[in-house]
Amino acid sequence: MNPALRVAAAGPYSTLQDCGRFGYQRFGVSPAGAFDPLRLAAANALVGNAPGTAAIEITMLGDTYEVMAHGARLALAGDFALQIDGTPAEPWRSHRLARGQKFKIGMAKRGLRGYVAVEGGFAVPPTLGSLSTHVRTGIGGFGGAKLKAGDLLPLSLGEAPERPALRLDPAAWASPSAELRVVFGPQDDYFTAEGRATLLAAEYEITREADRMGYRLSGPKIAHAKGFDIVSDGMPPGAVQIPGTGTPILLLVDRQSAGGYPKIATVISPDIAALAQKRPGDKLRFRSVDAREARHAALDFRGRIDGMARLAEPV
Amino acid sequence: MTGWSAKILPAGDAALVVELGSVIDAELNDAVHRLDAAINAAKPAGLIETVPTYRSILVLFDPVVAAAEDMGRACLDLAGALDRGRGATPSRRWRVPVAFGGAFGEDLPLVAAQSGLSEAAVVALHCRTDYRVYMLGFAPGFPYMGTLAPELRLPRRENPRLAVPAGSVIQGGQQAAIMPLEMPSGWHILGRTPVRLRDDRRAEPFLLAPGDVVRFAAMDPAELPALEARAAAGDPVATREDAS
Repeated sequence: MNPALRVAAAGPYSTLQDCGRFGYQRFGVSPAGAFDPLRLAAANALVGNAPGTAAIEITMLGDTYEVMAHGARLALAGDFALQIDGTPAEPWRSHRLARGQKFKIGMAKRGLRGYVAVEGGFAVPPTLGSLSTHVRTGIGGFGGAKLKAGDLLPLSLGEAPERPALRLDPAAWASPSAELRVVFGPQDDYFTAEGRATLLAAEYEITREADRMGYRLSGPKIAHAKGFDIVSDGMPPGAVQIPGTGTPILLLVDRQSAGGYPKIATVISPDIAALAQKRPGDKLRFRSVDAREARHAALDFRGRIDGMARLAEPV
Repeated sequence: MTGWSAKILPAGDAALVVELGSVIDAELNDAVHRLDAAINAAKPAGLIETVPTYRSILVLFDPVVAAAEDMGRACLDLAGALDRGRGATPSRRWRVPVAFGGAFGEDLPLVAAQSGLSEAAVVALHCRTDYRVYMLGFAPGFPYMGTLAPELRLPRRENPRLAVPAGSVIQGGQQAAIMPLEMPSGWHILGRTPVRLRDDRRAEPFLLAPGDVVRFAAMDPAELPALEARAAAGDPVATREDAS
């Protein structure tokens, strides 16, 4: 039998994700991809994979997997309860499991999303160049859908070699800041000066309408200066869209490729990743940064992703 | 619309918008597609992809390679070098067979009644209009096409249908479209095409690209199952009509 990971029990929203689907947004395809690329890189570093290798993104409650291979090396990046064959085990380190062993992930203790990487990756053919799953349109991943009990995820590696386990320091993954850095635009001129000031002064709360596509916020209304209809234009990652209700919707990894509401500002990419760990009820504030500071943060963020493998140390 | 000018709108650390205008207009959209082609041909360092829309281009780039300022300047330079003459880039032209009316086009009688034309006249009008693909969006492969002859323009249905079949040829307001997959829609259903807008077996999975031109061609509805079978087997069914 081909090596596989059998999903013995599935969490509420587990999907295969890599660094996203590029080149098809012009055809109306969402980029999708890991919501938190830093934790994706961490899970991959622990099993010796390249940072953007496809892994399983879990949400709030993880899955249980049974190893159907001679041996598989798995790692969970995220503060979740974990058991191997009923015995408590540590996240943020690699584990080598033999055939028939079970890797059971429980509830998130902190944050919201975690990543399960397996050495060598999954032997799933890409759709439109990527393994990322976009559930709304049924594109990519494992059958275009969330994982479900009984799924057999084929593995590239039949037998993970024996070698020392690797770990990352869990203390380095403290809760992210409640502050989101934004660059004003593309349509900040559609709002009054007071509206722009409200965005920066007010505290917003994440509502229950929060998923990979977007987070709807509650809080003070932001006043439009010239209506809330624009002729559709492209949707940048992290767009802070203000519909007629006046309260922001943040457009995230599973966003549509274009939209017709004005966008007052754009959350920068490192802080989109931080949002992946925020839950409904969490509070947020926005801080405006200029292009120079935004790029500096992006360079720093990429440096952390690319340097992840160097931080993983033998147990 | 006689002129346009390009300006750069910031959109975070990894994107920017090149805005040419703020309205739906064929000439403006033609400039969008010509500039989009120029940007993708020039490939400024760090470019990842572009999303052309009715009146703007979203430019996605790698902020590690390019500063937003440099990417914006490269796009403005390309806009400045564009020939302002219309239609400098020949569009790809597609002939798309459609089984109009009957069970495949439930709203054809309504469109005919409200426009004061016969069903045959509505079909003839649709089939002699060049539909430009202004942009794709809403769903993978969904083409926003225009522009409908004025006498065909109707408000959308009060009650959107929850499931409009894949391949349905629809019209809403001044626009026409083809449903890439079964989805809800409040637009009027005119007919059905066997053409598959997306087929991952093709080198270019999506049939229609922004800037393409589509001509509908009425086909015998009795032949639809046979053409659908050919499309399922990988035949594009639609034909290219331009020289290349």
